[in-house]
Amino acid sequence: MKEIIRNYQSDIYGMFSSVGEKMLYQIKFSGFTLILIFNTFIQLRYAFSKRREIVKQMYVSGVKSMLVCSIVALFGGMILSLHSGVELKKWGQQDVVPILMINVMNKEMGAFLTAIILTAFSGAAMAAEIGTMKVSEEIDALEMMSINPVKYIVMPRIVSMMIMLPTLSIYTVVLGVFGGAVVSYFQLGLTFEDYYHRVYESIWVKDMYVGLLKSLVFAIIISSISCANGLMAQNGALGVGRATRISVVSSYLMVLIIGYFITSLFYGGFM
Amino acid sequence: MIEVRNISKRFGKVVVLDDVSLTIENGETFVIIGQSGAGKTTILRHIAGFFDPDSGDVLIDGVKMNGAGSGKKRLLREKMGFLFQSGALINWLNVKENVALPLVEHKLGTKTEIDKIVDEKLSLLQLDDAADKMPSDISGGMKKRVGLARAIVRNPEIILYDEPTSGLDPVMSAKIDELILRMQRELGVTSVVVTHDMESAYRIADRIAMLYRGSIIECGTPDQIRGSVNPFVRQFVEGKLTGPIEV
Ligand SMILES: Nc1ncnc2c1ncn2[C@@H]1O[C@H](COP(=O)(O)OP(=O)(O)OP(=O)(O)O)[C@@H](O)[C@H]1O
Ligand SMILES: [Mg+2]
Repeated sequence: MKEIIRNYQSDIYGMFSSVGEKMLYQIKFSGFTLILIFNTFIQLRYAFSKRREIVKQMYVSGVKSMLVCSIVALFGGMILSLHSGVELKKWGQQDVVPILMINVMNKEMGAFLTAIILTAFSGAAMAAEIGTMKVSEEIDALEMMSINPVKYIVMPRIVSMMIMLPTLSIYTVVLGVFGGAVVSYFQLGLTFEDYYHRVYESIWVKDMYVGLLKSLVFAIIISSISCANGLMAQNGALGVGRATRISVVSSYLMVLIIGYFITSLFYGGFM
Repeated sequence: MIEVRNISKRFGKVVVLDDVSLTIENGETFVIIGQSGAGKTTILRHIAGFFDPDSGDVLIDGVKMNGAGSGKKRLLREKMGFLFQSGALINWLNVKENVALPLVEHKLGTKTEIDKIVDEKLSLLQLDDAADKMPSDISGGMKKRVGLARAIVRNPEIILYDEPTSGLDPVMSAKIDELILRMQRELGVTSVVVTHDMESAYRIADRIAMLYRGSIIECGTPDQIRGSVNPFVRQFVEGKLTGPIEV
């Protein structure tokens, strides 16, 4: 009996200490990420001299994810307009669909969908690539040569993401709204002309810049979390896999949470 | 001169280095031998300033490496080259660009000057044919040689070698050994070499130290090591299965 209780105690103790360890790691990791962002902004003055690397990264993260981006945007827009359109048509209100589409895409879904896709595409790739460099001593080799890894590796990736994510999110908005137009034409009996006329009427500049601001913030979140996870990778290939997984999950969570706060900042939520 | 003074280091609960002291004179080739996991790489990483010891100090020419700021560390590292165990080549640069990297990034010369230095180092290590290959397309031994070419491209005063001959064929090993000796003779380079390759250790060493479980258990000239009566050292250098070393 005593034995069982003792085991039980040590289990509980082990549970708390492992939770504590994880929390400590989280705090350390968050601090590391913030410092990384700060250092990246210091290194921004070298952005021009690293332009070749930046363009290469833009190609890697942007152009390669274009196809998936297109499909997600188009079908995302179609699903959204189909759901709302079918309901609204019952009340004869299908004209509202274009207004709904441009608003939702601009304010929220454009940045969000693109962020999700680029997390999977380039965030994961960044974490894996930098993690591999870390465990194969390449990062150490750079430090040994007094080459700042933030300047050489991290900054170009964050900058390229800051260019590509807003650009792609505009593309996503355009394509998503177009998806809505297709559904409206075939299922709701709206002509393209009517649809786009209503879309133009209800574009708000504020929605556009909030959307762009969001995508810019998402870009910084995703790329810095991914790079930080890569740089903190340990223990060979296993650690690289872990870094990749954690970077994707934490990017998603942070995009959702920060996304909410930006929305509430500009459109007044309860907090 | 490299002075390692009473350094101890633990990772988590594991004590990896326990009160290690070494003094490596200028122009000396100092070899550290020991089993896998004994802490050899960890010593090199302390000398290069990647780890700060829990206690003790590392001094390079009288300047403290541990706890140095990034500017000071940079000055100290300018004197050093480090050959990493796996070569540590930047995977998206080809062989030539890898070797040129420290020169290009610090703008040490025009393009033609840099090309000349790089070609010279590549041919020194018989890598002329591989100049345009990517790291993923060359063998482990070649990666190591490219890593060495990169480590010596700025003509450092101190070179730290992490297992320079493992993964190389005997002829190439002899060639690397000769190169280490030549750099010592002609350029007065100070070398710290970590290896398990006893043949190579005897060939190049001025002094050999054996690390066992985080402590230096013997340090002396190759002849002294050969004639050591310490049973741990005897077992290791003779490669015997039976003895005090737990396998
Ligand atoms: N960054 C680190 N974090 C945690 N443990 C580490 C770290 N670096 C090394 N160790 C541990 O320290 C011990 C010694 O490692 P080290 O790399 O110095 O061995 P080594 O003598 O170079 O071995 P090998 O010949 O296999 O390269 C090992 O048990 C290793 O697991
Ligand atoms: Mg080692």
